[in-house]
Amino acid sequence: MPTNAPAPTAERSGGTPGVHALMDVTASDASLRRFLHGLPGVDTVGLEARAAALGTRSIKTTAKAYAIDLAISMVDLTTLEGADTPGKVRALGVKAVHPDPTDRTTPSTAAVCVYPDMVATARAAVAGSGVKVASVATAFPAGRAALEVKLADVRDAVAAGADEIDMVIDRGAFLAGRYLKVYDEITAVREACGTSARLKVIFETGELSTYDNIRRASWLGMLAGADFIKTSTGKVAVNATPANTLLMLEAVRDFRERTGVQIGVKPAGGIRTTKDAIKFLVLVNETAGEDWLDNHWFRFGASSLLNDLLMQRQKLATGRYSGPDYVTVD
Amino acid sequence: MASVFEYAPAPESRSVVDIAPSYGLFIDGEFVEAADGKVFKTVSPSTEEVLSEIAQAGEADVDRAVRAARTAFGKWSALPGSERAKYLFRIARIIQERSRELAVLETLDNGKPIKETRDADLPLVAAHFFYYAGWADKLDHAGFGPSPRPLGVAGQVIPWNFPLLMLAWKIAPALATGNTVVLKPAETTPLSALFFADICRQAGLPKGVVNILPGYGDTGAALVAHPDVNKVAFTGSTAVGKQIARTVAGSRKKLTLELGGKGANIVFDDAPIDQAVEGIVSGIFFNQGQVCCAGSRLLVQESVQDELLESLKRRLSTLRLGDPLDKNTDIGAINSAEQLSRITTLVERGEAEGAERWSPDCELPTSGYWFAPTLFTNVTQAHTVARDEIFGPVLSVLSFRTPEEAVAKANNTPYGLSAGIWTEKGSRILAVAGKLRAGVIWSNTFNKFDPTSPFGGYKESGFGREGGRHGLEAYLDVR
Repeated sequence: MPTNAPAPTAERSGGTPGVHALMDVTASDASLRRFLHGLPGVDTVGLEARAAALGTRSIKTTAKAYAIDLAISMVDLTTLEGADTPGKVRALGVKAVHPDPTDRTTPSTAAVCVYPDMVATARAAVAGSGVKVASVATAFPAGRAALEVKLADVRDAVAAGADEIDMVIDRGAFLAGRYLKVYDEITAVREACGTSARLKVIFETGELSTYDNIRRASWLGMLAGADFIKTSTGKVAVNATPANTLLMLEAVRDFRERTGVQIGVKPAGGIRTTKDAIKFLVLVNETAGEDWLDNHWFRFGASSLLNDLLMQRQKLATGRYSGPDYVTVD
Repeated sequence: MASVFEYAPAPESRSVVDIAPSYGLFIDGEFVEAADGKVFKTVSPSTEEVLSEIAQAGEADVDRAVRAARTAFGKWSALPGSERAKYLFRIARIIQERSRELAVLETLDNGKPIKETRDADLPLVAAHFFYYAGWADKLDHAGFGPSPRPLGVAGQVIPWNFPLLMLAWKIAPALATGNTVVLKPAETTPLSALFFADICRQAGLPKGVVNILPGYGDTGAALVAHPDVNKVAFTGSTAVGKQIARTVAGSRKKLTLELGGKGANIVFDDAPIDQAVEGIVSGIFFNQGQVCCAGSRLLVQESVQDELLESLKRRLSTLRLGDPLDKNTDIGAINSAEQLSRITTLVERGEAEGAERWSPDCELPTSGYWFAPTLFTNVTQAHTVARDEIFGPVLSVLSFRTPEEAVAKANNTPYGLSAGIWTEKGSRILAVAGKLRAGVIWSNTFNKFDPTSPFGGYKESGFGREGGRHGLEAYLDVR
């Protein structure tokens, strides 16, 4: 809820339709900067204390069972290795559809997330299941390529059948204060996604270095038409944290209040245990609210999280811990 | 508050604490009956269950306890500081070891959420003993002259809102400086002090150094008036504080008073709004607002008032009220039926005077003493809810246009204990803090405590400081 933002007046093309009232702030680099810097500040100590306090909620029994199934349904099962093979991607797709072959009541994951060249393979593996195929396009993970290259990357992925595009922003431009460049790039990618693919915008929060920057990036992404805002690539030292996710949840909450448009949030990287995942769900529940407790609006970008969720689920069902050999390796 | 993500109850086990059906007074290292045999009951505010029957100290018991403390004073004050430190360190460690037990006990007897006793009260209690243990052998270097002397017998009267923490604030510096203690806990929350008596025995503390006398106001009055008490320390209401000041006036007793407050929490338009909302919540809803330094007056800059209030209301709707032993409970029970009726009366007066009352949808348990978190808007300086200390989960919201107006309104109170400033501008924090007449000023945070940080009031909030190096002065002869 920016307080010093200019009054909404003119319209401008691009971005999500419901956001037109705010579009005048994107008229120039200067007006965009004024708007983003007019957003309320973030107090580091207070933000982290709030995230830690919500992490102490004690989730047990039925609430835990609900949370585990919800978390499984929110996982973007991800493999982003140079060494990915079609076989690995197929295995990932099959696992996404039936994460626990021994218990068919286990929900499917939300999506499988792969590099663009693997989209077709993934598409075939999840066909007919409702599991989405997401792809990290735009010169992931550094984002250091010409816009044309990035757009080609996106078009490739979309043409191969990707339902969702995870794009990285140009952190160099953002840190240099060239917000309009970042904005224009996101809107161009948004356009390349067409109507068939939803767009997740990755900020690489670990490189943005301040919480104020993360809040600004969130608003920038939402103004430019992101369907999701996503913390990170999972390729740097600091990825999703409770604090940066809390901050982004505040941003989508405020954005909807202001524009009526709901945007999803995806923390990615570093969330490995059921306990962690549940803490994130508590953040969602008590910050953005229950409207976001759904895999259309909240995702976990994770690869190793799923197995821990499955083991905890088995434990709840049987009363006993199984072990890593009772879930599939990939 | 029905949500798709309902948290199942997560109650802390009460089997970790063993409450005896009755307790005596703790005098000269022993639990004894009251001389006149009087007893009273202590109840759990969240259920009205009787927890135990407690001996009620009368004048004869006060005299006995003061004499025990006087006798013990000779040896205790003669010990080298490093020896006294050993006892204090031992007490601190036992408190840490028994912290889960004490947290559950405090929650049962006081009604505050286990989250607060576990995560705030008990760690601070242990920290105070550790901190003052560290001072015990360094008094010569504390800045009060070459070898400051203890005063003698300290008569201490503490309130019910932080029973064990207030005990620690009083007893730790008193013992570190070589004084002996007679302490009267509040009549609604005597249990943790009696458990502390047991901890003193466990630590091998010499007999008579700490004496605990549960009782009502008359017990406290007898203790304060006892001619052989050298130092009186009181935390509680301003009305009682004034009575004590009158009693002590003209005697040679040294006196410190920590009294009421009506803290201003000032939010400027450039504040980190989300964190300010958290600070406002912890400022007034921590311990159900039963905090003398609560930020019970919210002063918000007009330009952000609407959006701040909207955020605040949304946040209040997520507060969870109920069983204090549930680890997910944010708001527990009001300490007593009397306190609940006091809060109710003041809130009704606020409504009658035209302030606008708001509470989130909130189901109150059917037994016990409960009050929903409450906001008053359209409040002016002339409203009772902006002037009188309510000591409950009730926030009055006022607005201002300029920093000068904020300072003028914040200072326009008979009290002066705490204040908060919320702004991203460092120079404004310093400029405003310098003009506020309050003992503690938090910036971009609220209700943070630390043993190293002195705490105390201006005006009707009392005098003297507790905590930090300053807290030693109240127990030393520095004249």
